[in-house]
Amino acid sequence: MNLTVNGVTHEIESWPLTTLLDVLREELEITSPKAGCEQGGCGACTVLVDGTPQRACLTAVAAIDGASITTAEGLGTPDDLSPLQQAFTHHYAAQCGFCTSGMMMAAHAYLDGGGTDDRHAIQEALAGHVCRCTGYVKIIAAVAAAARGDSFDLTTTAPSAGMVNVGGVK
Amino acid sequence: MTQATEVLIPTSAAEAATAFGDGSGVTVIAGGTIVVPEITYGRLKPGKALLLARAGLSGVTRQGTTVTIGAGTPVQELVDLSAPLGPCAANVADLEIRSQGTLGGNVCAGPGPDAPRGDLQGPLLALGAIARSAGADGERTEPLDDFLEDRGNRLLLDVSFEEPAAGAFAAIDYPHTHEYTVLAVSGARAADGTLRFAATGLADHARLLSGDPAAAAGEVRLEDDALASSWYRAKVLPVLVRRVLTELEESA
Repeated sequence: MNLTVNGVTHEIESWPLTTLLDVLREELEITSPKAGCEQGGCGACTVLVDGTPQRACLTAVAAIDGASITTAEGLGTPDDLSPLQQAFTHHYAAQCGFCTSGMMMAAHAYLDGGGTDDRHAIQEALAGHVCRCTGYVKIIAAVAAAARGDSFDLTTTAPSAGMVNVGGVK
Repeated sequence: MTQATEVLIPTSAAEAATAFGDGSGVTVIAGGTIVVPEITYGRLKPGKALLLARAGLSGVTRQGTTVTIGAGTPVQELVDLSAPLGPCAANVADLEIRSQGTLGGNVCAGPGPDAPRGDLQGPLLALGAIARSAGADGERTEPLDDFLEDRGNRLLLDVSFEEPAAGAFAAIDYPHTHEYTVLAVSGARAADGTLRFAATGLADHARLLSGDPAAAAGEVRLEDDALASSWYRAKVLPVLVRRVLTELEESA
């Protein structure tokens, strides 16, 4: 089996039913996909498989032999962040950071598919992702800013988006 | 350890049917959304795993008014179909799960440990769908209702149905996308005027209903589980039936 991860092709030696998450983290030591619930419910392990966001914890590696995988490591580097990564930084959209790479992969696919800064559409695109710090307001603000093509001053943090009700809680 | 598992990856429907055989000792993995965590957590140690990812069972085709959906079709590819199937598919989990989970896995899943499964069974029953499957006695085509009884022993290949004249879907809303559907009702009016109704979120699998709101709760077996009590389901079921009836009437 082989996988191309962030542009580099690897021969995979794991057992065929090993999850893509374990292959990435344990065999290839690519650690941005996080092992959260490991049953598809939290979104922290989300990566792009041939451009489509998928749960790495639900994917048996043999089922995607030959696929092209993108993880957060493939979006940008610390010295050359992608616009979405810049938006997350500027809008302070990561607190503990555990959900961030999964959120970013889903958001990246959303923006790649022509996603706009419509709040409801962003919520729908990120609906499978749980932030245990409950930092949803800033995460949605960051994705909306990236969708608008805002430019970011990474030496400052954006003013708080305030207490906007985005969760549907009345 | 699960390393001794024999892993089969068929590259055609015929190969998949042969590899499945009579199904004994075979763990079928389609999208993986249900089975893979079972393996990860060690609750399931498959002797023989049949991965359907490359079996060519995916796709929606139309011939005249007949719609055929391959068992390997991801749920997300169904969301734009007409009611009741499209809205029901859109109500399943979230984007990533819908992109991985397949129609076949959804239809064939047994009841979950603490919640019902098989959202798509309801709309397909209401559409009068026909199931084509492989198994012990070779290939078989039968009404979905009959197939559901034996779904644990068969490899679903595809489902087909006639495009309805009208359709409707109503479900209990749940604030968290990951929860399974608590209770849902699907309705469809066939081209010849026949009305069919079905409920999902019941014990075992979806069932056909008469379409009489007052009788609905007595027509099916409602269970207590982690999502809702049978009492609550019995109270809400007539409401959902009425909503579906109203929507069908409005489309007449």
